[in-house]
Amino acid sequence: MTILEVASSQGLDWSRAQFALTACYHWLFVPLTLGLALVMGIMETIYYKTKDEFWKKTTQFWQKLFGINFAIGVATGIILEFEFGTNWSNYSWFVGDIFGAPLAIEGIVAFFMEATFIAVMFFGWNKVSRRFHLASTWLTGLGATLSAWWILVANSWMQHPVGMDFNPETVRNEMMDFFAVAFSPAAVNKFCHTVTSGWMTGAVFVVGVSCWYLLRGRNKKMALASIKVGATVGVVSALLVLFTGDRSGIEMAENQPMKLAAAEGLEKGGKGAAFSIVPGVEVPGVLSILATHDINGYVPGTQDIIDGYSYEKDGKTITVKGAKERMESGKIALQAFKDFRESAEKDDQKAKNEARATFEKHKADFGYGYIEKADDLIPPTGLVYWSFRVMVGCGSLLLLILIGLWWQQRRGKLEQSKLLLHAGLWSIPLVYAAGQAGWIVAEVGRQPWAIQDLLPVNAAISGISAGAVQTTFFIFLAIFTVLLACEVRILCRAIKGHNAE
Amino acid sequence: MKSMAQSLKAVWRFYYDGFRQMTWGRTLWIIIIIKLIVLFVVLRLFFFRPTLAGQNEAEKQQSVGRELSEPKVRL
Repeated sequence: MTILEVASSQGLDWSRAQFALTACYHWLFVPLTLGLALVMGIMETIYYKTKDEFWKKTTQFWQKLFGINFAIGVATGIILEFEFGTNWSNYSWFVGDIFGAPLAIEGIVAFFMEATFIAVMFFGWNKVSRRFHLASTWLTGLGATLSAWWILVANSWMQHPVGMDFNPETVRNEMMDFFAVAFSPAAVNKFCHTVTSGWMTGAVFVVGVSCWYLLRGRNKKMALASIKVGATVGVVSALLVLFTGDRSGIEMAENQPMKLAAAEGLEKGGKGAAFSIVPGVEVPGVLSILATHDINGYVPGTQDIIDGYSYEKDGKTITVKGAKERMESGKIALQAFKDFRESAEKDDQKAKNEARATFEKHKADFGYGYIEKADDLIPPTGLVYWSFRVMVGCGSLLLLILIGLWWQQRRGKLEQSKLLLHAGLWSIPLVYAAGQAGWIVAEVGRQPWAIQDLLPVNAAISGISAGAVQTTFFIFLAIFTVLLACEVRILCRAIKGHNAE
Repeated sequence: MKSMAQSLKAVWRFYYDGFRQMTWGRTLWIIIIIKLIVLFVVLRLFFFRPTLAGQNEAEKQQSVGRELSEPKVRL
């Protein structure tokens, strides 16, 4: 490697680290917004139906915490768009309208909807009718959810690019079918899994704070009523997360088998593949069930994907090209792309047409032309493997804790269950760990691809110096840490200072 | 039926009273304003200039086409 290549490679690593840092911090704020919006909506609906002032005050308290989180978190996602333009300019141009359209819709429709109704929600108590206020609370939540929808459509396209065609003339992907992009199974699964995990975060937050009040012997009536709503929302959303996670597993096995193999640390796959609970502890056949809903289903390992594999399905033999073969084909596509552009500059129509024909023949493997070693196609297995276990482990534990809390409050014995109340309080960090780990599985598991099979990160990156990215990395680290500290401090002050009795 | 001017005045009063009566919301607005200034004025202007800024469509195509034809960065 030359000095220039080393420097560029460092720029790539720092850009990846910066994007990961920004996305992780952004995802600390978003799920709580989505989840608290749902819990607030349910509580205000109870107030609307019962006209009981207790529920109005309870809703206002959780709304205050929602407001703090919303205010601190607002615009943290904009930084990701700054990074696209500066650090990932090749990618930004390459994705074309596929990214532009969903993000524009998100900005215009969802953001303005959210911004309008949030004002009514905060300023409108006693000024607008109860019905209009209730509608505004639900519409604020719906606006936040629609924002999430369009952003997750863009992200899902990076996991499973559909509904587009790459044009070597404009060097952009052009949208062929908007509905295929907006409603692809990958987008629907990702949206459902992500939003329900956000609901779970909000519910766990409500339950955790309420448990703290009960442990301190304060605001008992509000805490018990909040746990009743929070634990119910939490259990339902946890079950939905499980169900949507199952759909995501099937979808991942079909479209991103390398991610699944990395998440399992599976080098050599086969039929009746075992699920690894932790290294050395395996349950036979379970991975096949999770990936294909068939105990004898075939699941490829990382080496199988590199070498190529075939399996029987519905009486037919399906052969999947190996990564090495795709790399050969990708090199031809990349050379044809170069020839196409050179002949276009020289205005040599015949050579241009020939290059275009070759390019179209090998276009599906274009991204593989940038891969030098087949092993580079394997994502960091340890990180993906353990993140998957943290996500599933924390999620399962949370479900048990929520069921326990729900059951004990139903029996009227929650205040005496100190251990369970402590578990409820400590569920807050657990739910954040699960959410962060989930995104690590999704994003690190896709590496080295910026867009699955189309564009690896080394081609997506701008020609930018490592020093410049390093500087902004630490600026962001400082800004986000200050924001997070502000959020935690203001939230704690609001929680400690609340007196509902 | 209310006139347009009356409706606008009612909307104005709604927001004006809402902001005036804020208590803990003031701290949050200060944080939001400082954050937006840091993001859009400091970071956007001095650190995050889009790499392809100032180029027209054809130049952007050329520029990215060249980068993708001759990748300089290894994984």
